[in-house]
Amino acid sequence: MDYIIGVTPYLIKGIQLTFIITVIGVFIGFIIGTFAGMGRLAKNKFVFWISTIYVEVIRGTPILVQILFLYFGVSDLLNLDLDKISASIIAIAINAGAYVAEIVRGGIQAIDKGQTEAGRSVGLTSAQTMRYIVWPQAFKQIIPPLGNQFIISLKDTSLFSAIAVHELLYMGKQYAASTFTYFEPYLMVGIFYLIITIPSSIILRKVERRLDV
Amino acid sequence: MITVTDLHKSFGSNEVLKGISNKIEEKEVVCVIGASGSGKSTFLRCLNALEEITSGNITISGEDLTNPSIDINQMRSKVGMVFQHFNLFPHKTVLENITLGPLKVKKETKEQANERARALLDKVGLKDKEDAYPKSLSGGQKQRVAISRALAMNPEVMLFDEPTSALDPELVGEVLSVMKDLAEEGMTMVVVTHEMGFAREVGDRVIFIDEGAVVEEGPPEDIFHNPQSERLKSFLGKIL
Repeated sequence: MDYIIGVTPYLIKGIQLTFIITVIGVFIGFIIGTFAGMGRLAKNKFVFWISTIYVEVIRGTPILVQILFLYFGVSDLLNLDLDKISASIIAIAINAGAYVAEIVRGGIQAIDKGQTEAGRSVGLTSAQTMRYIVWPQAFKQIIPPLGNQFIISLKDTSLFSAIAVHELLYMGKQYAASTFTYFEPYLMVGIFYLIITIPSSIILRKVERRLDV
Repeated sequence: MITVTDLHKSFGSNEVLKGISNKIEEKEVVCVIGASGSGKSTFLRCLNALEEITSGNITISGEDLTNPSIDINQMRSKVGMVFQHFNLFPHKTVLENITLGPLKVKKETKEQANERARALLDKVGLKDKEDAYPKSLSGGQKQRVAISRALAMNPEVMLFDEPTSALDPELVGEVLSVMKDLAEEGMTMVVVTHEMGFAREVGDRVIFIDEGAVVEEGPPEDIFHNPQSERLKSFLGKIL
């Protein structure tokens, strides 16, 4: 019990950072993913291939490799003074972006072709059709998988303990190592993740119901 | 009004339209009939460039649709299209469905667009539905909204792609009567349809398409009462 009480302040600090990295990272990832997802549907070959290569490379490699490559590899090569938190946010953004791209692509493709035809037949340009007709409908469909991606990315931040970011898992690990107790700290780390993920799931389900998708 | 010259359209190696030529005059109501898969819908879709044509030529009000330098969006706004499955925008109200084109393409003010949309809804008998969403409407009501949406752009010609085929039988009449009013007002119309009664009553000319070519065309009386070709006889035999 003492250890449970003892580890809690550390974990509260850790979870804050975990949350911040996830929210900012997924938000940027959503923007990247929106463009990459539309890029996957682009007629322009260059845009299509850039988007496709991005998605395949990121989805095909572990996020742990990505963060190590970014934090140690790229910053070393380019002589960047990249701090750990920025590196983590960038890694989550790039990683989530690839998955969001596929979500966005699927969402757009799920909209009946007749919608586009109806938009074009009243004289809208293809960009206007996307903006006023396809996108608003696709967005409803992608909210559930997007929420899912948020939860996945949140859990992925635990891998950033590998570069000693003071996120939730790292804080628990540090406490465990300094007190030589392992059961309580890791139990609490798990519970702390659930404190965010379970309410997220509940909110998500409520949103889904409201959108009746 | 519309001149089609030697229109060919292929999907991959499948040639759907095999050289169609036709002239549609102003204020003319042309009904296009034929079996499923005959190419009649494809023909209609080529007229507002929803399908890219393989070869041949289409001009609308003297403007060449195949000329890559024309503004296709401007062109399309002059050609109203009504689809078999309505294709209303489900996330917009009836009024928003109708005003989207006028607001974004014609850059009308909201007042202008709303006023015109309300007048059109009144005309098609849906005055009280302007704030409804499409999913709460019956098929016949949806199609009347879709017609209003196309009319809101003040098109020079209206294309109908089997406008009543997805409707329950008891709802067909309300849509046909709107179309009939439109014809009487002098709208140029091209209607792909299975409603032979409508073709007979409202059509100025009927075109029978089979296997991607015009087999026979003429005034409805001739087509329905005095068919010349075997293929038209057998088609009419099956459906009448």
